[in-house]
Amino acid sequence: MGVRKAGLVRLGCMAAAAVITATACGSSPSPSGPTLQVPPTAKLAPPTSIGAGEGQLNLVLWDGYADKSWVDPFTAATGCKVNQHPAGSSDEMVSLMKDGGGGNWDMVSASGDADLRLIYSGDVKPMNTALIPDWTNFQTYFQSPPYNTIMGVHYGISLQWGPNTLLYNTKKFVNPPTSWGVIYDPANKGLVTIPDNPIQIADAALYLSKTKPSLHITDPYELTQPQFDAAVALLKGQQPLIKKYWALATDEISLFQNGDVTVGAAWPYQTIQLKLAGSPVDETIPSEGATGWADTWMLATKAAHPNCAYLWTKWVSTPKVQAEQALSFGETPVNSMACAQMEALQAGSCAQYHADKGQAYFDTIKFWKTPIAQCPDGTTVCVPYDQWVSAWTTIKG
Amino acid sequence: MSTEAVGRPRPKGGGAVPFRALLWRFPWLRPLLLLTPPMAWFVLIYLASLVLLLITAFWSIDPFTTQIVQVWNTKNFETILSDPTYRIIIGRTAGLAALVTLTDIVLAFPLAYYMAKVASRRVQNLLFAAVLLPLWASYLARVYAWILILNHTGVLNWSLQSIGLPAANIGYTNTAMWLVFSYIWLPFMIIPTYAALERVPDSLLEAAADLGARRWRTTLDVVLPLALPGVVAGSIFTFSLTLGDYITPILVGGAGSQFIGNVVYANVGIANNIPFAAALATVPIVIMAAYLLIAQRLGAFEAL
Repeated sequence: MGVRKAGLVRLGCMAAAAVITATACGSSPSPSGPTLQVPPTAKLAPPTSIGAGEGQLNLVLWDGYADKSWVDPFTAATGCKVNQHPAGSSDEMVSLMKDGGGGNWDMVSASGDADLRLIYSGDVKPMNTALIPDWTNFQTYFQSPPYNTIMGVHYGISLQWGPNTLLYNTKKFVNPPTSWGVIYDPANKGLVTIPDNPIQIADAALYLSKTKPSLHITDPYELTQPQFDAAVALLKGQQPLIKKYWALATDEISLFQNGDVTVGAAWPYQTIQLKLAGSPVDETIPSEGATGWADTWMLATKAAHPNCAYLWTKWVSTPKVQAEQALSFGETPVNSMACAQMEALQAGSCAQYHADKGQAYFDTIKFWKTPIAQCPDGTTVCVPYDQWVSAWTTIKG
Repeated sequence: MSTEAVGRPRPKGGGAVPFRALLWRFPWLRPLLLLTPPMAWFVLIYLASLVLLLITAFWSIDPFTTQIVQVWNTKNFETILSDPTYRIIIGRTAGLAALVTLTDIVLAFPLAYYMAKVASRRVQNLLFAAVLLPLWASYLARVYAWILILNHTGVLNWSLQSIGLPAANIGYTNTAMWLVFSYIWLPFMIIPTYAALERVPDSLLEAAADLGARRWRTTLDVVLPLALPGVVAGSIFTFSLTLGDYITPILVGGAGSQFIGNVVYANVGIANNIPFAAALATVPIVIMAAYLLIAQRLGAFEAL
């Protein structure tokens, strides 16, 4: 039975409950079939041209994703006034975008762990990549990544990304660590930090996919119950080694600066900030590979200002704005033409942020996507995201 | 008040009945008018939201879309009762709240006694200002200050090392949480304890002394029983404030430092599982209800 179908069955019950009684709805029949689900908005045809701007654009975004330095020129050129609502987490984004944004929000800069939830809830609708000239300059992987493109339909335009790297103190680790094993090693008890985020279970699964081949983990976001249990067990064993599960990037920076931790999972942003502050740290992508996050501008199903939304997406996809945002936030542009612009703004930054890497590099990175009950083979034995969240609570203890 | 009590205004014949006369004719009107706004607030904002919380606790969410599914079930409560993780978290929260309360009683009582019975008026005022001074600064700033004190290269370890002692690694632990909570909520224990001690008549202490009771005997048999309602009133503050906190565990806690509030926060903010958050939120309500019942037996509400 498809997950979305289950949702509809329950919604039907809700309506029926008002009239009859709720008890009958507990056990619904589960017709199963290995068919890929079609998102509810798949049939909504995107526009074929961009009309005149509506004068307003309401964005749900990560803090810093609409900086004055590229918003002001955009407003001057298009007349679209940008109203921002920064969100604190992927899940806040999902809840803000409920009911297709409710007519309040036009676009959301969703990360991969939220995308499938937004798509299958029908909160976002397909976009026409032909209206974004720079789309053809995107790194091939980011033109149709699995977290925002389903059966050839694009539910958004890729924006920026970053790897989840292994950050370490170069004084403690004279020889750079080559494996994620260091953060599970009892020798580093009390000196480890990892993000306080349920999606971190995927990092453990990625490590197990290489170190325990008998589990047959192919995708760290699509785990069967035994695979999931193994990843959770690994993280529970790691808990006594953890100094702190960091919530904000700045938390991790001060943990490293104060010497409370010497190794941990991080973003390139923390490495760059720590190096700027003179801390003896470096980062690496270990031999097992790494997870990564990638953001997508998605169009709300009930967007009131679609023309401004397309103008905005077109604008932030240009090499110049891509480079500006990458350097302002500390992430990597998806537009392959942005590298030259980055170098012009800050010499050496293109390589620093891995913006010059080819397909081989992306193959080592498993990008965040929402864990859903449906496995790649169409069966529904995979562990869905809500169980990731409750497992995360039990891991932290 | 007094004017009406003395000379009751008489309604004049003919014309509009003055408002005062209306109040005189219908004596129940005055309390009704005075109490309607607070009661409406209490019922609509306070009780209604609690009832909604309780109702939501018996619903669940669709795991994929995180929409609330309004089908009655007790699954959330079963999870809380059956999963050892939640028992540990509830135990940690209530245990630390109790420990913080005890610590604050031990720290507050001598100071409150000194302020109420020994200090001169001037010193008393100075101490009052000193006790209340931390409340002027932001809660967050004070917790962050403790991070700077307790972390690896912080003031504490620096001081220990400079006198030749080994470093204490208590940053990001439950010990750190105990210290910070005890510090943050101390004023809320000192003030009610002081208020209760001030009401103990000096004549009773003198009488005890006249009857040959030594200092300890007087403290145990005279002062403590009379001050107990104040101490219990203070403990309601320290206990409930610790029980409901989730910011200090985020900031100074380490691995294995989650409070009930953190799990509620994670379920609202990350998982969007509001029914489970509501179910878990009923736990501190039950704990506080039991606590208040005991406090009431001990006469705490007469000291507030």
